[in-house]
Amino acid sequence: MSEDLTGRHAAGLEQSTRGPSAAAPDGARSPRPASVIIGPERRWPRIDLAELWSYRGLMLFLVWRDIKVRYAQTVLGASWAILQPVLATVVFTVVFGRFARIPSDGIPYSVFALSGLVPWTYFSSALNGAGNSLVANTNLVTKVYFPRLVMPVAPILGAFVDFLIGFAVLLVMMLALGVTPTARALLFIPPVLALAAVTALGVGCWLAALNIQYRDVKHATPFLVQLWMYSSPVVYPLSLLPHRLQPYAAFNPMVGVIAGFRAALLGTAPMPWGVIAVSSCVAGAILVSGALFFRSRERVFADVA
Amino acid sequence: MTALAIRLDQLSKQYRFGARPRRRTLREALTEAAASPWRNLRRLAGAAGRGTTEDDTFWALRDVSFEVGHGEVLGVIGRNGAGKSTLLKLLSRITAPTSGRAEVWGRVGSLLEVGTGFHPELTGRDNVYLNGAILGMERGYITSRFDAIVEFAGVEQFIDTPVKRYSSGMYLRLAFAVAAHLEPDVLIVDEVLAVGDAEFQQKCIGRMNEVACDGRTVLFVSHNLGAVQRLCTRSILLEKGNLVADGETSEVIRQYLASHDTEAPAGRWIDLTAAPRTGSASARFTGVQYGSGDQLVDFSPHPGGPLEIVVGIDASIALNRPRVGFTLRDRYGGPLISGSTYALGVATPLPIGYSSWRFVLETLPLRPGPYQLELWLADSMGASVDRLQPALWMEVFDRQPRGFGPHYNPRHDGILYCEYSAGRVEAAVRHRTGGEPASAATQSR
Ligand SMILES: Nc1ncnc2c1ncn2[C@@H]1O[C@H](COP(=O)(O)OP(=O)(O)OP(=O)(O)O)[C@@H](O)[C@H]1O
Ligand SMILES: [Mg+2]
Repeated sequence: MSEDLTGRHAAGLEQSTRGPSAAAPDGARSPRPASVIIGPERRWPRIDLAELWSYRGLMLFLVWRDIKVRYAQTVLGASWAILQPVLATVVFTVVFGRFARIPSDGIPYSVFALSGLVPWTYFSSALNGAGNSLVANTNLVTKVYFPRLVMPVAPILGAFVDFLIGFAVLLVMMLALGVTPTARALLFIPPVLALAAVTALGVGCWLAALNIQYRDVKHATPFLVQLWMYSSPVVYPLSLLPHRLQPYAAFNPMVGVIAGFRAALLGTAPMPWGVIAVSSCVAGAILVSGALFFRSRERVFADVA
Repeated sequence: MTALAIRLDQLSKQYRFGARPRRRTLREALTEAAASPWRNLRRLAGAAGRGTTEDDTFWALRDVSFEVGHGEVLGVIGRNGAGKSTLLKLLSRITAPTSGRAEVWGRVGSLLEVGTGFHPELTGRDNVYLNGAILGMERGYITSRFDAIVEFAGVEQFIDTPVKRYSSGMYLRLAFAVAAHLEPDVLIVDEVLAVGDAEFQQKCIGRMNEVACDGRTVLFVSHNLGAVQRLCTRSILLEKGNLVADGETSEVIRQYLASHDTEAPAGRWIDLTAAPRTGSASARFTGVQYGSGDQLVDFSPHPGGPLEIVVGIDASIALNRPRVGFTLRDRYGGPLISGSTYALGVATPLPIGYSSWRFVLETLPLRPGPYQLELWLADSMGASVDRLQPALWMEVFDRQPRGFGPHYNPRHDGILYCEYSAGRVEAAVRHRTGGEPASAATQSR
């Protein structure tokens, strides 16, 4: 229509377009960044520990986030971490200690039960957290890149907070009932807990990878945990098992954890190093296989989530 | 040519048909494995998973190769389902390609759709740090950028509020601010401007420009061709997973517009059952018909005339207060007119099964040309149930035969139509304050 209008319009357009030459000169930039190659997944999965380490910031953040969300959200907050093992101890003491009269290595049954339940609760909440980590974070998994192994690791670390609370409760109960903790506990409990962490992470990797693809895994997990608890010497002493079965029991890594934890803290038995060694080997195998399985399924996580 | 930032070499991604691969139960998988151990052994022996039957898969991206230079801003356009998001997901390593490879130099920051890696329970502040950690940033570095991010997003008062209480616009602002300020070497942005208001869109485009001027590379996907035009000097066009054009943006856009199927005809029922769409799909648009109701002009809508849009919806759940709406967009995807039952306060429930809905516009304020008609359906909370963007292209025709009357060029004259009059004011009349209204010799159009 009007020439004038058209002309001005065109001039305005010209001004607003940006030439590619406007980019900053190359020399001003930091040295050329390294490149990442994106290709089809490898035939054999590989675990890149260096990359995992470089994402430790994210891992710690996720740990902190889980703790914060957990305690901000639940009404009972931190008291839940106290109530859970205490209530279980009460129930077990009544059922197994009073009615079934299960022996407890010469210490009050309630202390005995709680000293099994504290490491067990750590294990089961770490395992649950790791197993659900991918499903609970689909928004991250489908929207951003990071080494996926960060996800199951975070809850393993986060569950330590609950452990510390439960441990404090245990110490209070021991003092109240006149059971003195041994000094070697300080030295021996950390490796025993590490064994629990490794086991939880290994099984957690398996569950997490299966969980994102198969819906029924979520429902099967609590059963698995329950069964596992009763097949570990949580509410009964290891000595209750027939003698010839005891060497085989160590193939369950949680036997090493619970027996080791009790021996270290209560000093009722010598440290069962043999059992712990076998348990450690089994736990290591579970971890390696779990991490490799996880890595091999990793490429489909975003597609099926 | 400066150094490369991205290089793609025959990058391809294959997906299974159906929205997602079937998520079965482990029990099923195990029973199947037990029932046919032979087949499973064979499958294990062959390249793991590669030998899936060909017929239930398709290529979301096929042999796409191109290069992007350092500091370049590349637009990616294409129709729904063309593979744009898939391309970005591959480049940001969220999913792995089926074959081919790509190389990316430097840190990639991606913003894919609105739901970025934010955690709803955490405050805005925590989420900024979380996102920084995901990008692999040091805490100190994020802190040094924090104020700029919050200011850009304009959410100062809400920074310590959990983001689940944010509006979707605020959410997007913060997400964009984080991605754009943490200075990744390659910034990948997928279709996010659609949510923000006009002012924020402007701000985003400005920021992406700055990022690019800073020597960083930007990949920008949008249906808003106007924004692509403004931001990108070069663009690529994807069609059904193939790269069909790569070059100067205006040229690629021209090709994209030319490649549209002929506009859907007016006055006829158009089947939408197979159209690409997004949403929860518990109710779906099955078809649409639009027209002027005027048989003389083949039912074609014309400027100033009526427009009637009838849609059919097939619902598998009943919705109490459904929001049924349409948006008319210009050929570049910019929204022009929208309407919905929600905006009018219509509270008719959506029954299970088939129902049809109608919108009537008394006067269509659009000049001749092609327009996109988008249809959307949301539940009473506004969550998207079905959305077709666009459902079809419609042409507004001039009632006057070609050759007569003025010829409008949408670029200079705009696309809105309105009734007006014009004429010379009688010479005797002077404009004085409080003077008589001028009597004018006017010509009405
Ligand atoms: N995880 C998945 N599983 C199966 N198919 C998928 C998956 N993700 C995407 N697709 C399919 O791949 C094709 C390409 O999708 P993509 O999201 O890349 O399209 P797009 O170009 O981004 O479209 P839009 O413009 O609608 O965003 C579509 O047909 C889509 O249905
Ligand atoms: Mg997309």
